[in-house]
Amino acid sequence: MDSKAKRYLTLFLSTLEISAFTFGGGYVIIPLMRKKFVGKLKWIDDSEMLDMTAIAQSSPGPIAVNAAILIGYRTGGIPGALLSILGAVLPPLVIISVISVFYKAFRDNRYVSLVMSGMSAGVAAVVLDVVISMSADIVRSRRILPVIMLITVFILAYFLEVNIIFLIIAAGAVGYIDGAVRKS
Amino acid sequence: MIYLQLLWSFIQIGLFSIGGGYAAMPLIQHQVIDIHSWLTMQEFTDIITISQMTPGPIAINSATFVGIQVAGIPGALIATFGSVLPSSIIVMTLAFIYYRFKGLEVIQSILKGLRPAVVAMIASAALSLTAMALCGKSTFTADIDTVNAAILIAALIILRKWKLSPMLVMALSGGIGLLAGLIL
Repeated sequence: MDSKAKRYLTLFLSTLEISAFTFGGGYVIIPLMRKKFVGKLKWIDDSEMLDMTAIAQSSPGPIAVNAAILIGYRTGGIPGALLSILGAVLPPLVIISVISVFYKAFRDNRYVSLVMSGMSAGVAAVVLDVVISMSADIVRSRRILPVIMLITVFILAYFLEVNIIFLIIAAGAVGYIDGAVRKS
Repeated sequence: MIYLQLLWSFIQIGLFSIGGGYAAMPLIQHQVIDIHSWLTMQEFTDIITISQMTPGPIAINSATFVGIQVAGIPGALIATFGSVLPSSIIVMTLAFIYYRFKGLEVIQSILKGLRPAVVAMIASAALSLTAMALCGKSTFTADIDTVNAAILIAALIILRKWKLSPMLVMALSGGIGLLAGLIL
């Protein structure tokens, strides 16, 4: 198999694997993608990952699918993007198709709900872990503005539940002004 | 005809749900209950519950579920295709723009502003997931599930210290949740 075909195959299998583990909402895909594409495969770096997250969450559609499209496009252009959409969609499509036959039994099964409950704690730990790593990187950059923005946006998003699109636009504007001020 | 209706309904859901699963829910409800009566309110509640117990975005899970209930496997495929079609086109376009212009100084400044904001939003989601795992709600209460608290702390330590695969940690957490539930 040539290296291009191999790259496409790795992309497809990676998005498939990640999608099969995206429990608990779209944000869970961030630590999973970071581990795979930043850490293991080294196809992108952390700042590109954050850019992708910003684009993924301010576009319509599920964050997990949007993030898969971005990594697919980055790796293999439009064919790569189509392949990663397929990888992201197949696990939920197959799982729900199968479960729809006996979904009432699945919903009420005690063992399933015990596994899901324990898993929700694991999911929270996985997302907290990536937050700790990324916040530490920002603090280590030794610039005061990013730290202030981190804290301010967190308060606005978590406690005041300000709309995410608004926060992204505002943060982009602050970045733009900061860049312009530092240039002059 | 039913195929076209499914396709069009889920294209609209995919197009207008910005900001993750909770934004998609009222749109799905509107399309599949109010407009088309494809599901009863009880079935809709069931699919939301099942979505939380299985991987994958709520929009895709419900597209597959509704499609299969209304028009079998072809229905599931068409509805799921519809739900990712708008984001596929929009995000691929944004990906093209991002990689074309990301080198520009102005874009660099804006992206620098976005990165700490994105970390803050992931942090906000992480706290909601933690509250969900420990208290069963998206905000913290005094009523904490001790098994899940123990799993979360152990998982976080393992992730920080030994950099274990997040997927493995999630799977182990589910296993421990099951064991603890059966023993205690």
